[in-house]
Amino acid sequence: MQLIPCPWCGPREEAEFHYGGQAHVAYPEDPSALTDEEWARYLFFRDNPSGPFAERWSHSAGCRRWFNAVRDTRTHDLLAVYRVGEPMPEVTP
Amino acid sequence: MTADPTSPLHAWTDGLAALAPVLAVAERPFRSQLTVRVSDPEAIAAAGSALGVPFPSTPCTFTTGSGPFGDVEVLWLGPGEFLVVAGPGLQIAIEEVVRDALGTARGSVVDTSAQRTTVVLEGPLVRDVLAHGCSVDLHPSSAPAGTCVQTLLARTGIVLQVTGEDAFTVLVRSSFAGYLAAWICDACVEYLAAEVTAPGTVGA
Repeated sequence: MQLIPCPWCGPREEAEFHYGGQAHVAYPEDPSALTDEEWARYLFFRDNPSGPFAERWSHSAGCRRWFNAVRDTRTHDLLAVYRVGEPMPEVTP
Repeated sequence: MTADPTSPLHAWTDGLAALAPVLAVAERPFRSQLTVRVSDPEAIAAAGSALGVPFPSTPCTFTTGSGPFGDVEVLWLGPGEFLVVAGPGLQIAIEEVVRDALGTARGSVVDTSAQRTTVVLEGPLVRDVLAHGCSVDLHPSSAPAGTCVQTLLARTGIVLQVTGEDAFTVLVRSSFAGYLAAWICDACVEYLAAEVTAPGTVGA
């Protein structure tokens, strides 16, 4: 089973984690001003890159903290993990 | 008149004791447990000195000490989140003391004593038995005494403390305790069989 390195607890089995989708999707400044299409784009439209992808993960069976990870979607390699609030590190796939 | 409390593993007392040739397993019921959430370093230090136990500063560790409430353990559960564990019946007194120690710092103290029960496992084969259902590396080089991890044991969420060379303490949700006890008994079967056929060779 794949090991995911939690920034707090260290490498743990994938089964302890919960996936949270794309990271760094900012909440709109003024949601009520958005058109339906803009709101739908915020809610449902996500990047789907072939390569490094910044994602949110939760260590739900461990420290129960959310963190961010850069995963290569082609190989499932986790290129970097970083805590919430930290900027996305430079990665070389 | 109030009925005597029944511990979650009350019905498993004999079943767990029967594992003695392989593993000393026993429940330590009704321990006082309080979840303390506080991030302010000064408040954490104040709570530690009030209990006589410094709160753990390193993730995945726990600290022990003695103070006004006897032997107390403080477990790291997450950044700014700790579990204070003490003997039975002390939760209200500890809650008041810790709440006073936190003062005006932002935080919370919640009595979670009924949430989990405690199972103590000891014996030279304890790592082999736990490895049947736990993926965390428990070799002494990576999990020395003082380690405290939250993980899955046989798909059940547990808090695992390494208390000594071959001694572990498992905190498990009360409603999962019966399942976990059944699983521990099952995981010990092969070692019990080996003990019957060749006494004294197990774990040699």
